[in-house]
Amino acid sequence: MTRKQRRSVLIATCVAVLGVAVGLVLFALEDSIVFFYSPSDIAEKNIKPGQRIRIGGLVEEGSVKRGDGTQVQFAVTDTAKTLPVTYIGVLPDLFREGQGVVAEGKLGGDGIFVAESVLAKHDENYMPPEVAEALRKQGVWQGAGQAAKAN
Amino acid sequence: MIAEVGHFALILALGVALVQTILPMWGARRGDLSLMRVGSTAAQAQFLLLLMSFFALMTAYVTSDFSVQNVMQNSHSAKPMLYKISGVWGNHEGSMLLWVLILALFGSAVALFGRNLPPDLKANVLGVQGSISVAFLLFIVTTSNPFTRIHPVPFEGSGLNPILQDPALSFHPPFLYTGYVGFSIAFSFAVAALISGRIDPAWARWVRPWTLGAWMFLTLGIAMGSWWAYYELGWGGWWFWDPVENASFMPWLAGTALLHSAIVMEKRDALKVWTILLAILTFSLSLMGTFLVRSGVLTSVHAFAVDPARGVFILAIMVLFTGGALALFAGRAQILRQGGLFAPVSREGALILNNLLITTACAAVFVGTLYPLALEAVTGEKISVGPPFFNATFVPLMVPLLIAIPYGPFLAWKRGDILGTSQRLAMAALFTAFAIIAAYALSGPGPWLAPLALGLGVWVIMGAVSEIGFRAKAFRAPPDEVFRRLRNLPRSAYGTAIAHIGVGVMVVGIVGTTAWQTEKIVVMKPGEAEEIGGYNLKFEGVAPQQGPNYREEIGSFIVSEDGTELTHLHPSKRMYTAPPQATTEAGIHAAWSGDLYTVLGDDLKDGAFTVRLYFNPLVRLIWIGTIIMFLGGLISLSDRRLRVGAPKRARAPKAHAVPAE
Repeated sequence: MTRKQRRSVLIATCVAVLGVAVGLVLFALEDSIVFFYSPSDIAEKNIKPGQRIRIGGLVEEGSVKRGDGTQVQFAVTDTAKTLPVTYIGVLPDLFREGQGVVAEGKLGGDGIFVAESVLAKHDENYMPPEVAEALRKQGVWQGAGQAAKAN
Repeated sequence: MIAEVGHFALILALGVALVQTILPMWGARRGDLSLMRVGSTAAQAQFLLLLMSFFALMTAYVTSDFSVQNVMQNSHSAKPMLYKISGVWGNHEGSMLLWVLILALFGSAVALFGRNLPPDLKANVLGVQGSISVAFLLFIVTTSNPFTRIHPVPFEGSGLNPILQDPALSFHPPFLYTGYVGFSIAFSFAVAALISGRIDPAWARWVRPWTLGAWMFLTLGIAMGSWWAYYELGWGGWWFWDPVENASFMPWLAGTALLHSAIVMEKRDALKVWTILLAILTFSLSLMGTFLVRSGVLTSVHAFAVDPARGVFILAIMVLFTGGALALFAGRAQILRQGGLFAPVSREGALILNNLLITTACAAVFVGTLYPLALEAVTGEKISVGPPFFNATFVPLMVPLLIAIPYGPFLAWKRGDILGTSQRLAMAALFTAFAIIAAYALSGPGPWLAPLALGLGVWVIMGAVSEIGFRAKAFRAPPDEVFRRLRNLPRSAYGTAIAHIGVGVMVVGIVGTTAWQTEKIVVMKPGEAEEIGGYNLKFEGVAPQQGPNYREEIGSFIVSEDGTELTHLHPSKRMYTAPPQATTEAGIHAAWSGDLYTVLGDDLKDGAFTVRLYFNPLVRLIWIGTIIMFLGGLISLSDRRLRVGAPKRARAPKAHAVPAE
């Protein structure tokens, strides 16, 4: 094998691996990213049912209802619009009415959001940035001073 | 008083770090030995000053001195002693202080153990190391002073986030930082070598032990974080591809690649450009990790800081050091082009394949971690990139790597024999095939690919065993000769094999728990029983109990298998008093076949609770694998040839004869 051939083998391998990697990344980005919407976004943007999304806002006061077994219903609000959510499973420790929440799942045809996971916050005072942003848009959130000091 | 001493020592350390940056490098430029020697003295002085500062902060925590704002915000007098101490680094300011302390520790270790380094290289290394200290000390002193006092002095502190009050998490940051920050040595060596223009196999020999040490600690640090997430968060998972996890995983991947490419550079004088670049990139990824975690751009338990000024400062440090080093690299790269020739199929070729796959995987993780941030900055759209992305990109790149691992150590330098190697691996292949068939036969329903993936882990383990066996002429020579050979094998050979076995064990654990995990979410009343993973769990009800700084509700399960009672499990829900916050403690029964994992959920009516039950097959092998990897590193590090500064090596001639290529 000449030096030139050796080098071309090396370069061809690199190009092949990088090509595969770029292909995988593009394919995966197309396929597996999840967009975040507030309840107002969902009302405005006409999100298709069945698409995997994240939603966030405050858990509406008095909206949490337990169904059969581990089924739970609650409503997520950004004060302008409210979105009903159902979830089967165990809610995170810091799930409270009136507190921020992020849920991932799909919008059902009946306009009810079917959550597959409800995300835990790590801290009592902590507000997920997406939720803070969504609330700020509605003029409810006063900014960092209120969230401040996680810990 | 003690806080002021700590603050003063911190500022003094900044001054000393400035001296450490300027004088030795100037000395190296002018060839002035006495100026160069200042570097060693300054590095040790800087370390001692920072140690003093750190102990001052620790004293404030241990004595619950709430006149120090940092202590007030993160500690509480009723907290157990372990968490008073770990509270020192359980917050932004304290953890940055720990960061520079470890940085200075590595600098002073180079000063102490690097006696055989050429004086100008050592001076430049300490100078670069000093400049990193200057940047981070400036950051601490100007934006994150841990010693700020408050008036009036509050009566009580507000406490540490309860989910951080955990033994594994107390030691996770020091280990992680030792790894993260340890890569600074490889960076400093790379920059120093670029400045002095002398880059030869001896350079790789000096850098490898430091890189290996840092890598070992990072491995353990990440494993501890994962172990904590497993049992403390109560989600039954061990890795979530969370950006914060990725922030520590990327330097680990780059560091792993660096470890392997430095071998080629040391033994064969090849891959120099690449190795130097990797050394720079690895530490740059550490800096980026620090930025991601400390700036608060990410949603996580690590995001202590919400102050944007801090984020910008760390970003500036990162850009300055990465950009500066890369610019220097670009300017100097042409002096590096040289090295031994080799065929594509050879030890060099195998190590290049390793580097190619690992760095590409690292790049995929990089894209997945930063794409959401970039997209939001540009378009304002919020997205999250979760496990599906990483499973679709990272995992396919690891498959060829795992297939190739057993081949690497068998192939000869320069020109390897792939057919001969395959024959030598025949036993390992046979064993792997047997394991795959057994997995198909024994495992219940699961993904059809899973037994094959399990086979990959077995293949890596058996490949490493075969390699040691081959070198010792097992089954081909009389037993006493085999034993003699086993005794005489270099420790680095054992280190490599053991570390690879660790990888294999971890893969088996990952595949086992990912493919065959079973989960049940059910409502249980006292007296009811559930079956999972071959166990029978009888729920006995829930009782309240008082802990040192929390109240808890403890559930009780009787676990039995085939009618015999094995153990009791007590998952609980805790309510901490300061800060008032709830946590979940999982109840776990560990066995070789897997973990029985129970979590207490919401309190329903009539003593009924929602409970989550998991059976996680083989999950423990994940962490056992990382410990084996750590041990492999340790054994390799104890090899005489790698001991820092042990071998005195003839100085490489100044002007290399440069072969084309």
